[in-house]
Amino acid sequence: MADKQNSEFDREDSRVRIDAGVGGALRAFIDRIKSGDLGMLPVAVGLMLISVVFTSLNPVFLAPINLANLLFDAAAVGLIALGVVCVLLLGEIDLSIGSMSGLSSAIVGVLWVNTEVPIVFAICGAVTAGILVGLLYGFLRNRFEMPSFVATLAGLLALLGMQLYILGSTGSINLPFTSNMVRFGQLMIMPAWISYSLALLPGIAMIYLGLVRTRRRVAANLSPPSTRVLCTKAIVLTTALVFAVYYLEQGRGVPWMFGVFVLLVAMMDYALTRTQWGRSMFAVGGNVEAARRSGINVRRIRMSAFVLCSAFAALGGVFAAARLASSSIQAGTGDVNLNAIAAAVIGGTSLFGGRGSAWSALLGVLVIVAISNGLTLLNLSSSLRFMITGAVLAIAVIVDSLARRSRASAGRA
Amino acid sequence: MTKVEERKSRGELLLRLSEISKQFGAVTALEDIQLEVYAGEVVALVGDNGAGKSTLIKVLSGVHQATTGKIEYLGKEVAIDSPAKALDMGIATVFQDLALCENLDVVANLFLGHELNPWRLDEVQMEVRAWTLLQELAARIPSVREPIASLSGGQRQTVAIARSLLLDPKIIMLDEPTAALGVAQTAEVLNLVERVRDRGHGVIFISHNMDDVRAVADRIVVLRLGRNNGVLTAENSHEELVAAITGATDNSVTRRAARQTIPPSE
Repeated sequence: MADKQNSEFDREDSRVRIDAGVGGALRAFIDRIKSGDLGMLPVAVGLMLISVVFTSLNPVFLAPINLANLLFDAAAVGLIALGVVCVLLLGEIDLSIGSMSGLSSAIVGVLWVNTEVPIVFAICGAVTAGILVGLLYGFLRNRFEMPSFVATLAGLLALLGMQLYILGSTGSINLPFTSNMVRFGQLMIMPAWISYSLALLPGIAMIYLGLVRTRRRVAANLSPPSTRVLCTKAIVLTTALVFAVYYLEQGRGVPWMFGVFVLLVAMMDYALTRTQWGRSMFAVGGNVEAARRSGINVRRIRMSAFVLCSAFAALGGVFAAARLASSSIQAGTGDVNLNAIAAAVIGGTSLFGGRGSAWSALLGVLVIVAISNGLTLLNLSSSLRFMITGAVLAIAVIVDSLARRSRASAGRA
Repeated sequence: MTKVEERKSRGELLLRLSEISKQFGAVTALEDIQLEVYAGEVVALVGDNGAGKSTLIKVLSGVHQATTGKIEYLGKEVAIDSPAKALDMGIATVFQDLALCENLDVVANLFLGHELNPWRLDEVQMEVRAWTLLQELAARIPSVREPIASLSGGQRQTVAIARSLLLDPKIIMLDEPTAALGVAQTAEVLNLVERVRDRGHGVIFISHNMDDVRAVADRIVVLRLGRNNGVLTAENSHEELVAAITGATDNSVTRRAARQTIPPSE
């Protein structure tokens, strides 16, 4: 066995400590944290703090029914944050996501309710508008080297203007309560058996894919990952998910809207980590010139990021309209912009580009929505809510900057 | 490869540049540059700072485009209008600044832009190729799954060189490949250059280190102030080389040498 170990490609250098087994994985994890690679830690700590504080102030916070509401709220902002992750990975930013979501909800309202276009086409129209806006930002960035900060700040105002224009003098359109769209946004809950199956799925997929990977690595004479670590991770994950579903089922259950959001996050995660396009995104975010010289079409990558961001913002706007059962001039204004960006950053996507993951949108949005939900339960005025959310965003960015500095000194980019 | 085949493949004209000029606004970085690269030879490109060596490399790698002039590659006139084009044609470059993505690991950097299986990345296969390639270069990389940021300068240099070999190019251009390297690694890179040449590739080698240049170069092309300033070989003396680079037999190098051999009599 020892001889075989030595002949593996990646186990020849005696300077590398081999972290085998569960203990080794734990040690590697602590090393990563110390070197500034925080991963999910800030989110875990944040969620824990939030639950303790808000539950002690108002026990309703942790009630299953409230958590289901929280998940309904999370889907819309989460989708927008998912788009933000794409632009942040490139080191760009989109400040107009709030206006984009508002515009898209207005488009859906006008097309569907006022001109009676079928709902599917109305939603397609809204997402198409998002794609067009993304193409425009990408064009401005590529053709004129216009900083995305400025281009999207201009877009923030322009899109808001467009939203007001198409809503006209009424200012608000109510969506029919009996429609599937509003039911999707307010009522539709997964049947219990689906929720439980979905809770089991990640663990099973993890073990299956892990075993396939182990077999291929052994066949290719590379060191296999530890099966015990894999199983431990899968068991912990499955237990947590099943418990979460069980707890939610005590109240209303898991909203379909949240399920769709998680599905999109999983798809984005695959695209970002397992395809050439995703690799190119990280490369452009890390070092544009290096990416260009490796033959990557930087312009196309940028374009795709802006398009995805605006399209997700548009879809998030549709979700928000469904949630509120209305398209109004209020939609997408206020703290939507900052909440979405804060969610991405809190989840661990760096503002400086080249680091992050699709899951950060999911994790970050839980923190953000938990805070705003908790503050609402406390009956705090929106003035206080804005101040507190602003402070949370500032803290998230400080954590990001500090982690980046510590990564630099630990030589981890 | 038999000896006969090897000799036959050596001598095929890979690349011919004629009257290449490059202007950055009012500044003429290159003017009427001629350069030929044959298969199986090492062409050293030498010149003082600002002579236009790196600009020429960038023109050939598609980073910059020549203002005027003709590039013939394998007998056909070509336009190298993007880095991707150059790579596809078979011209690989190790840039002076290495052009690596620090946030990505070694495997990702090696295969950047040319990943195996674009829709479902084949990480296992890429990792195996990475290790094989690095072992061929006798590289000392502790782990290919660490981000580039955690590697030393020399290790990064090796990764950059390994990356240029990945696509099995016809011409490899190395811009100051030994500048950041230790004694043993420099020797390793020079060995590598010779090995690459013996496999029938053409090599363009830029260096300020005259010993390295004379050790491996079949021809030494001198640039001075953006123009050709002679073609020498390793047989030419060090003084001739310095004279060609600085453009005068009486230059700061010879004056310094003279000062040191004849101490001022007091």
